[in-house]
Amino acid sequence: MSATVLYDAPGPRTVRRHRIYAGVTALALVGLAVLVLWKLNSAGQLAYAQWEVFLTPDYVRVILLDGLLKTLEMAFFAIVFAVVFGVVFGTAKLSEHWWIRSPAWLVVEFFRAVPVLLLMVFVFYLLSVGDGPLSKFWCVVVALTVYNGAVLAEVFRAGVNAVPHGQVEAAYALGLRKGQVMTTIQLPQAVRIMLPSIVSQCVVALKDTSLGYYIVAPGLTAVGKQIYLEFFNQVPTAIVLAALYITCNLLLTALATWLQRRYVGERNPVDTSRVGNMDGGRAV
Amino acid sequence: MEAVFSDFGEYAKAFGLTCGLFLVAGLGSLVWGTFLAALRVGPVAVMRKASAAYVGVFRNTPLLVVFIFVAVALPKIGYSFTFIENVDVGGHHVSGYFFRACVALTLYTSAFVCEAVRSGINAVPLGQAEAARSIGLTFTQTMQEVVLPQAVRAVVPPLTSVLVALLKNTSVAAAFGIAEATAQMKSMNNDHADQRIQIFLLFAVGYIVLVEVLTFSSYALERRWRVA
Repeated sequence: MSATVLYDAPGPRTVRRHRIYAGVTALALVGLAVLVLWKLNSAGQLAYAQWEVFLTPDYVRVILLDGLLKTLEMAFFAIVFAVVFGVVFGTAKLSEHWWIRSPAWLVVEFFRAVPVLLLMVFVFYLLSVGDGPLSKFWCVVVALTVYNGAVLAEVFRAGVNAVPHGQVEAAYALGLRKGQVMTTIQLPQAVRIMLPSIVSQCVVALKDTSLGYYIVAPGLTAVGKQIYLEFFNQVPTAIVLAALYITCNLLLTALATWLQRRYVGERNPVDTSRVGNMDGGRAV
Repeated sequence: MEAVFSDFGEYAKAFGLTCGLFLVAGLGSLVWGTFLAALRVGPVAVMRKASAAYVGVFRNTPLLVVFIFVAVALPKIGYSFTFIENVDVGGHHVSGYFFRACVALTLYTSAFVCEAVRSGINAVPLGQAEAARSIGLTFTQTMQEVVLPQAVRAVVPPLTSVLVALLKNTSVAAAFGIAEATAQMKSMNNDHADQRIQIFLLFAVGYIVLVEVLTFSSYALERRWRVA
């Protein structure tokens, strides 16, 4: 344990006291686990019949293809479009002309402050209900795109601003034009800095695909709902859904950490902590 | 437009529910999240790991799945928290739906509160505590006079973004039987197909006003607590 601002290195008596705390906590946690298992068991939730569906090859195929794959597709499209949206509006926010800057600011602030679910319901009613042009799949993608795009626009702006100003001055001194400075000097460096934040935003997008549940869009939660309505195994279904999402998100987080170490280094040049959805502590 | 203004009572009531969810779940997750953060930065390894596991699980689970756990799976095994319906708050009975939504939001948000508080504590340079100890301050004095005042200031910005996210996340309760703002917008959309855009904009403005109130009070707090 490294030194911390909160307390000094413990002496022998404190170490003993901490050992007692550790033992009591471990006992309490084991007790809690036993209690949960016992409650689940007495409610019949650990019976094989409740879990059988997750071991049946046909259903596993449905869960993985109609559920997980659809969810990943939605997240993938949403993040790809969101990056485009983010680059466009992030650049617009950096513009020197107020008549480009202020509409971009308005759009970004609007979509950041409105809940994704509200957007999703609106897109669904506007473009999908009845014989609208979009399927529910794309309603989810559109809602996630504008929300995550607005967040990424801020990330992008922060990334460009994090490029040392001397770089820009040197480029102008060499005689490059404004567009060239952006595309050859600022953008390539900004993207490197932003990469971990973009991957972290993928986690947010992946989690938010679950909101399609409300407009009965395809995806993991929709498949889960069908399963628990058919087999009445709500608890096992919830556990399986959570496990699938957690696994995907942990893989993405590991990727973000690797990118951070590979391309950015230990320091964290972009403070996106006020930008992301629930990323209060993720950037640290 | 007139779809909302003719039914302004419903609009206001829906946002009242949104605020109610936000206040109860916000208070709950501040308390539970701070407790988790205390375990997370404490000297006992088992507590640190348990808290880290909690944060890891809830931060990577979608809120909607947490809702399925609390509002669909738990009632199935006999935990529907219906005892809350006997509680009387100023002549109104709290519904089981409302309480379950608050539980789900609290469980989820406290993971983020924990991370925000931890990052605030980590923001205090080690030298501050070392200096405090070396001039002879006791543990309590070090905490009260040196570490916590700085940690609290550092925690305001990340905590604000967590609370803003919570405010927006209350919309997920719409999918689980609560007539808060998003559900209200859906039902108005059903009734007034010709005014969808106006209805959406009015509800969006409602959320934006609430978010801005939160953000500006956090700025005010930061300004007030700013040191030199």
